[in-house]
Amino acid sequence: MHPWVGAGLEDRLHILSELGLKSIDELFASIPEAVCIDGLDLPPARDEDWIRRALGDMASANVSMDSIPCFLGAGVYRHVRPSIVDAVLSRAEFFTSYTPYQPEISQGTLQVIFEFQTLISRLTGLDVANASLYDGATALVEAVLFSHRVLHGKRDLAVVAETVHPMYRRVLDTYTEAAGIEVVVVPPGTNGRLDPNIVREAAGDQACCVAVQSPNFLGIVEDLPQLAAAAHDSGALAVEVVTEAVSLGLLTGGGSFGFDVVCGEAQSFGVAPGFGGPHLGFFACAPKHLRQMPGRLAGETVDEDGTRAFCLTLSTREQHIRRAKATSNICTNQGLMALAATVWLEAMGGSGLRELATSCFARTEELKRRITAVGDSWRIAYPQSPTFNEFLLIGPASGTELVEQLASDGVLAGVPTTDWGGAWPDGLLVAVTECNSARDLDAFVAALENLS
Amino acid sequence: MKRRAIRSEPLFFERNPRRVRRQGYLLPALDVPEVEPSEVLPPELVREPDPHFPDISEMEVVQHFHRLSQLNYAVDEGLYPLGSCTMKYNPRINEETARLPGFASLHPLQPQAQIQGALRLIWELEESLKTITGMPGATLQPAAGAHGEFTGILMIRKALATRGEKRDVVLAPDSAHGTNPATATFAGYRAQEIPSAEDGTVDLGALDRMMDETVAALMLTVPNTLGLFEHQILEIADLVHSRGGFIYMDGANLNSFVGRALPGLMGADAMHINLHKTFSTPHGGGGPGAGPVTVSEALLPHLPVPKVIRGNDGFELQWNDPASIGQMRGFYGNFLILVRALTYIWSLGAEGLRSTSDVAVLYANLVRHRLKGAYHLKFDAPSLHEVVFDDSIQTRYEVRNVDIAKRLLDYGFHPPTMSFPLVVHGALMIEPAESVAPEEVEAFCDAMLAIAKEAETDPGLVRSAPHDTPVGRVDEVRAARNLKVTWTPEDEGA
Amino acid sequence: MTIPDDLKYARSHEWIKTEGNSVVVGISHYAQDQLGEVVYVELPEVGAAFDVGDELGTLESVKAVSEFLAPVAGEVLEVNTRLEDEPNLVNDDPYGDGWLVKLSGSAEDEELLDAAGYGEFLEQESA
Repeated sequence: MHPWVGAGLEDRLHILSELGLKSIDELFASIPEAVCIDGLDLPPARDEDWIRRALGDMASANVSMDSIPCFLGAGVYRHVRPSIVDAVLSRAEFFTSYTPYQPEISQGTLQVIFEFQTLISRLTGLDVANASLYDGATALVEAVLFSHRVLHGKRDLAVVAETVHPMYRRVLDTYTEAAGIEVVVVPPGTNGRLDPNIVREAAGDQACCVAVQSPNFLGIVEDLPQLAAAAHDSGALAVEVVTEAVSLGLLTGGGSFGFDVVCGEAQSFGVAPGFGGPHLGFFACAPKHLRQMPGRLAGETVDEDGTRAFCLTLSTREQHIRRAKATSNICTNQGLMALAATVWLEAMGGSGLRELATSCFARTEELKRRITAVGDSWRIAYPQSPTFNEFLLIGPASGTELVEQLASDGVLAGVPTTDWGGAWPDGLLVAVTECNSARDLDAFVAALENLS
Repeated sequence: MKRRAIRSEPLFFERNPRRVRRQGYLLPALDVPEVEPSEVLPPELVREPDPHFPDISEMEVVQHFHRLSQLNYAVDEGLYPLGSCTMKYNPRINEETARLPGFASLHPLQPQAQIQGALRLIWELEESLKTITGMPGATLQPAAGAHGEFTGILMIRKALATRGEKRDVVLAPDSAHGTNPATATFAGYRAQEIPSAEDGTVDLGALDRMMDETVAALMLTVPNTLGLFEHQILEIADLVHSRGGFIYMDGANLNSFVGRALPGLMGADAMHINLHKTFSTPHGGGGPGAGPVTVSEALLPHLPVPKVIRGNDGFELQWNDPASIGQMRGFYGNFLILVRALTYIWSLGAEGLRSTSDVAVLYANLVRHRLKGAYHLKFDAPSLHEVVFDDSIQTRYEVRNVDIAKRLLDYGFHPPTMSFPLVVHGALMIEPAESVAPEEVEAFCDAMLAIAKEAETDPGLVRSAPHDTPVGRVDEVRAARNLKVTWTPEDEGA
Repeated sequence: MTIPDDLKYARSHEWIKTEGNSVVVGISHYAQDQLGEVVYVELPEVGAAFDVGDELGTLESVKAVSEFLAPVAGEVLEVNTRLEDEPNLVNDDPYGDGWLVKLSGSAEDEELLDAAGYGEFLEQESA
């Protein structure tokens, strides 16, 4: 017997007698003996207090980002999490409900998706957006496969900037290998930015897409209008990847510069860092390509009385109908995370989002300014290149060593690029957000000085 | 029937129509000098303020989402008998453990010494799933079941490549969930359908004819989507293995035999598990889920990276392994979902897990017993945790499964899965799961029987359902023909 | 079920009308009824060549997708571009304004049925 199993022992006997059976085992007669077991080799049931202690112990064995000054980025960012986000997420009508296949009793979920799609569309500058994907890395994968499909599979090359997050590129490799798509990686110039001419050359007339990240892995803002032009000159689709979604509060989305796809990670919009998941991939494209777009889509319509209503639409692209010819094999999206982002963005409002993004930017500029005063053992790798809220810092040791030493001085100073090598020096990726107060910046600078 | 007034809720973009500046959240005060962005950033890249992205106050946000939530039916409200979805209770203790700051506020790239608890949790869940399935390896990376399927098929592909073989075909039964053939195609294989025998299970003769050296794998759901156990599973596995192929098992229906049988003994080489089905993590209105994959010895070397390794000094992440298929998504998995699943498994324990499948199967057979006769049962063989009826009796009165589903909404229940599996026309796939009280299952059966009567005596009532929902039957054709997927400023004039 | 006499039919439910050296292809009344309300039609490119039985295009309803096949071998001469904005024509006027594709080629194939033959075929199918 257990609280989560609805029938008590007598209930089960009662039902068995109604079915004319003596024991539950009879219901499992169709399972061959050879694959059956008497029971699992697992511990007994635990009460809630035991669970709280055991899970609490495991959680305490970690150092949370909130407990010390934290400057970690590289694809996952610490931003404010309004209390109302979690309050809304905790409503059972939202988190215990299923995919809204029965629209008449799912208008709450469906309207949220419609609002999310609209928010993403406005921020990216592209007219259509889907109901979300697993995360930023798989969003990039979907964008490349999408481009391949749009061009009817006639071009098997994808040009990807080296300054697209190295982990995203690793994930992309796993998928392109299976799909028979070749990936060509274009390194940045000495200023950490892409040269549109080199991109144009790499794309030639073979590329189905050119994928760039902005701000890029080094935190540097790319020349989006030129890069879109370079892609289009080659007959390829232009794809912008965004890993720090808050940047869209201050920087114009690629759609306004002609990008065909803007995709990436929206974890910054109210989704907990959660040790890497669940996060929130997003994908936006131009309306003419709507039928090739992967993922779920909510559309506006009416009910039989003419009242406005929403429902999932264009499901025929998806696996449960198209089966072998589906645009993707995605079934679940990240519904609850999309809800979190919608609540967060609507709480911020247009003005609040801009203010938050500007705050991140101002704090980053201030930290960079103070670092240049620290001394010769520390320098900013690309001092002339424009950044939003992240930059590469070089110090007197390898990135991995620096992070350990600064951590023992009470600062989570950044993500080392030691294991994420490329055409850039070994250092620390430092991210600054609205959560880093002036005191945090003081602590950072003091830690650097102690190490010089 | 009790009612209460529910106002229809405007879109966020329709609120605050005069676009007055309000505040929904107070940001931390700016304690550093202000900087004008266009003095530092290329000015053409700096965004212009968007007049159509309004500001609303905190209470407005709360009321907006509160009212929207009231338009939804949810598991907490009542039975959600969706076949193949396993809509069980989402325990609240899961929500507590997933929100512990040591889990929720953890960055995946923090130094190894700072994340030992998280790595330990991953390792513990892997071990638990290995025990539950009787298989020697596991990965928790995949974000959902379909993602797990793709991971499994890629591992099979890699194993074949390591053997120096390249096969082109993947077999799946005609009753399979659409993700199966979609996954196969996505992985570069040709998906071929294998017909079901008369009793609804895999036709062994057909398998014998189709299984040759061009076939990489057979994808099987066990029990299948009709709720029928593949009683010839050992013969099937032997046949496929003896001809150099692999068995991929779709674990969507694990709730029917968890604690009672082991996929590892059935010959499974890779099996995905839907944590949001069998292991109680919430459906969230469409995700996030998680689709861990357990594997046999043969596929062990090819698990995705990074892997969690337990050493003498603690846990570490191993990123490099040439035999691995690579990385399947960012970071390590839907970690906060994994926390919930481990909480569930540890809470239930060995006996608790076994009793879930006991009662899940008991309830489904109760439904079968009560509805048989009133609804048509195409495959009469004993079924486990779900039962598939169809509408062929009701269609005599021109009432179809869609109408029955919509009428059920008026009785306060979520409808069963419809029109799937494809081998049953007009299907109604019912899976009660084990969480609800017996009275709830009986009430559902009462409602279904009442509707069967209505179909005979008052079919118009059923065909025009639903009558008691926030909106009436939604025009899905219009949604597809006149595609409108975002609000636009032009709507403001209307 | 309407089955006009002056047309030929394929077992996969396409109708064929001869116009000089070319044929017009659509789907039968029975087929559009089975499909339900059409929301989108995917048509082939003009100039593309097809063999008998090749997939010419697809017809989407809300819940299903159906292929329509080339009942004769030929090259695509013209497609019904009205269907982009008015896919409902396939349901409302399957033999007239709901036509799909014009192919070069002839309807001389013995596999094709005349109206009576198609009617019998439909009866057998539903038995």
